[in-house]
Amino acid sequence: MPAALSAHNLYKVFGRRAKQAVARLTEGRDVGGLDVTAAVADVSFHVEPGEIFVVMGLSGSGKSTLIRMLNGLLAPSSGRVEVDGTDLTALRPAELRTLRREKISMVFQHFALLPHRTVLDNAAYALEVARVPTAERLERARHALDLVGLTGREDALPQQLSGGMKQRVGLARALAAGTDIMLMDEAFSALDPLIRREMQDQLLELQESLGKTIVFITHDLNEAMRLGDRIAVMRDGRIVQIGTAEEILTDPSSDYVAQFVADVDRTRVLTAASVMEPPRSVVTTTSGPRAALLEMQASHTTAAYVVCRDKNLKGAITDETAARAARAGDVATVEELLGDLDVVTVHPDTPVAELIAPCASTPLPLAVVGDDGRLAGVIPRVTLLTALGTPEPEEATA
Amino acid sequence: MITADRPLDGLIPEVPIGDVFEAIVTWSKNNLGPLVDTTKTIVEALTSGLSDLLLLAPPIAMVVVFAGLGLWLRGWKFGLGVLIAMGLVSGLPYWEQTMQTLAQVLVASALALLIAVPIGVLAAENRRFSVVVRPVLDFMQTMPAFVYLIPAVSLYSIGVVPGVLATVVFCMPPGVRLTELGLRQVDKEVVEAGESFGASPAAILGRIKLPLAMPTIMAGVNQVIMLALSMVVIAGMVGAEGLGSVIKESVDRLLIGKGFTAGAAVVVLAIFLDRVTDALGSRTKVAKAKRLTSHV
Repeated sequence: MPAALSAHNLYKVFGRRAKQAVARLTEGRDVGGLDVTAAVADVSFHVEPGEIFVVMGLSGSGKSTLIRMLNGLLAPSSGRVEVDGTDLTALRPAELRTLRREKISMVFQHFALLPHRTVLDNAAYALEVARVPTAERLERARHALDLVGLTGREDALPQQLSGGMKQRVGLARALAAGTDIMLMDEAFSALDPLIRREMQDQLLELQESLGKTIVFITHDLNEAMRLGDRIAVMRDGRIVQIGTAEEILTDPSSDYVAQFVADVDRTRVLTAASVMEPPRSVVTTTSGPRAALLEMQASHTTAAYVVCRDKNLKGAITDETAARAARAGDVATVEELLGDLDVVTVHPDTPVAELIAPCASTPLPLAVVGDDGRLAGVIPRVTLLTALGTPEPEEATA
Repeated sequence: MITADRPLDGLIPEVPIGDVFEAIVTWSKNNLGPLVDTTKTIVEALTSGLSDLLLLAPPIAMVVVFAGLGLWLRGWKFGLGVLIAMGLVSGLPYWEQTMQTLAQVLVASALALLIAVPIGVLAAENRRFSVVVRPVLDFMQTMPAFVYLIPAVSLYSIGVVPGVLATVVFCMPPGVRLTELGLRQVDKEVVEAGESFGASPAAILGRIKLPLAMPTIMAGVNQVIMLALSMVVIAGMVGAEGLGSVIKESVDRLLIGKGFTAGAAVVVLAIFLDRVTDALGSRTKVAKAKRLTSHV
C-alpha cells in the first residue's frame, strides 16, 4: 500500500542564511556562526493509511515545525512532503488550499476555536470554507459532534465549555471536514491528566471505526506509547528512532532514547505477548495420564496444559490428578480428567499491568491465548515479576 | 563663518522644511484643482446634510432620541443621564451649534476611519508597510493641530471643509494603530486553523481576523471620535460653524460666561460620544462571548 503521507529529507531552517545552512547540514557540517535556527533537519518518514503515527520529542525538538510543514503552513527550506503522491511543496497557494480542504485537517493544542461562534458553527467551519451548502454542512457538523459525544451542546459558545469539551469541538471540526488525514498538534497536552486519558481513549475508539491516517505530535511519552502504531522520537530537529512502542522500549537506538524511556510506565506498554515464554509441559487431549506425568517430569512442572490437535487450549491437569488416574487406570485420555482446575487465560495484547491480578489468582502460569483460541505462550509468576522489576531494557531481553 | 555663540554655523545646513511643505501645498493648489473641488463638494454636502438632519426635529425630540440610544446601549442609568445632560444643553442658546459640531465630528470620524482601517489592515499584514507608516502616523499625531489649518485653508479657503479635513488628518492615527494592534493580537493558532482548513487570505481576514480584532478596533473608533471632537473646536478658528466658532468669539472678546457655556456643551457631547462608542465596542460578538463565564 502506498504511503498516505510521506516526508523526504525535510529541512526547515529559520534565519537569513537558511539556504547556506541547509547546504552545510546536508554535508553533515556544523551551522554555528550562521545565526540560524535549524528547527528540522533531514527528516524522512512514511505514514501508512489508517495508521496513528506519533512524533514525540521535548519542546524545541522541532516537532511543531515539522507538523506545520506536513500541510504546508510552513514551507520547508529543503525537501519534499507528499500527500497521496502529490508533492505538496510544488503546489501554488490556491492548489495547496484545495488540497488542505480535501485531504488534511488539523487539531490544535489550544483548540483554536472561534470564540464568537457556536459549537455547531465551529464544527462546521471547515465545510463552510469548502462552500458546502448550509443544510448539508450543519448536518455533517451535527454528526461529527455526535461522534465526539457533544450532542446537546450545539448552541453553546466555546467559552462555556471545559477544556476537554473544547478539544472535542476541535476534533469534531476536523472529523466533519471528512479528510483522510488528520494532523494533531499536541492536541491533548493542554488538558489535565484525567481528561487527557479520556480523550486518548475516545480517539482510539473513533479510530477503530473511522480508520483515519493520523499524525499525532506529543511531548508525553506515555501518550505516545498509548496512541502510536509507530513512534518517531525527535531530538534537535532530527528523528533519532522510528518504531513501535515496544521496539523503542526494548531496543532503544541510542542512550538518549533509552534515557527517555527509562521512566515510562513499562507495565502499560509491555504486553502479555512481549513477556510470555514458550509453553512448556503441554499434552494433547488424546494422550493418557501417564504421558502427562512424563511430560511434567521432563519439564519440571506440577501441572500440564491440555490442547487439541490444532493447539486449541482445553484446560490443564495437575500431577496429583494425573498420578491418581494413572494408578487407578480407569481413564484412557487426559481429556476426561479436565474440569477440576481452572486455567486463567489472557489475551496477547493485555498490558502487563493488567496481568498481576489474574496471576495472583492461580497457582498455574497464565496461559496466553490468541483470538484463534490457540495457546500462544505462558507467563509464570517469576517471569512477570522479572518484567516488572527490570529497569534496563537490555536486561529485559537478556 | 564660525563665531563663538554659533560655533557650527555653516557646518550644519538649514534644512528647508518649510519651503518643501509650502511647495507641496502650492503645487497641489495649482495641479489638483478638480480633486480639491470634488472633496470640497462632498465634505460640504455630508456635513451640511447631516447637521440639517440633526436639526430637522425640535431639540427636545432629539434629546429623547439620544436618551433612547443611551438606554438601548448602556441601560436606564445612562439613558437617564443623557436625558438630563442633553436636556440641559438643549436649554442653552447653542443647540444649533452643538448639532453642527456633532455633524462635523461624525463626518470627520467616518472619513478618517474609512482611510484608517484599510491602512491598519495593510500595516498588520505587511511588516514593511507598517515600518513606513509608523513615523508618518507619529508626524500626523504630534504636529500641533493648528498647523494643519494653514494648508487646509490655503487649499479650501475658510469654512467648514478645511476644518473637517484638518480634523481627518489629526484624528486618523489611533484608528490605524489600534486596527493594526487588534489584528496582530489575534491568536496565531486560530489563524492557522483557518489556513489549515484551506481558507483564503481574504476569508481569514474577513471571517477570523476582523471579528476577533473588533473590540480593539472599536477602541480605535472611540479614540478617533474623541480626537475629532477636540480638533473640531480648533477648526472653529477657520470659520467652521459650530461650538468652536462660539468659543473663538468668546476668546477674542473675553466673554467668560459664553465661553464656559459653549465649553460645557462640548463636555456633554464628548462624554456622550465616548460612552456610546465604548458600548458599541463591548457589544461586538467577540466581546460578548469573552464575558461569558465557563459554567461547566
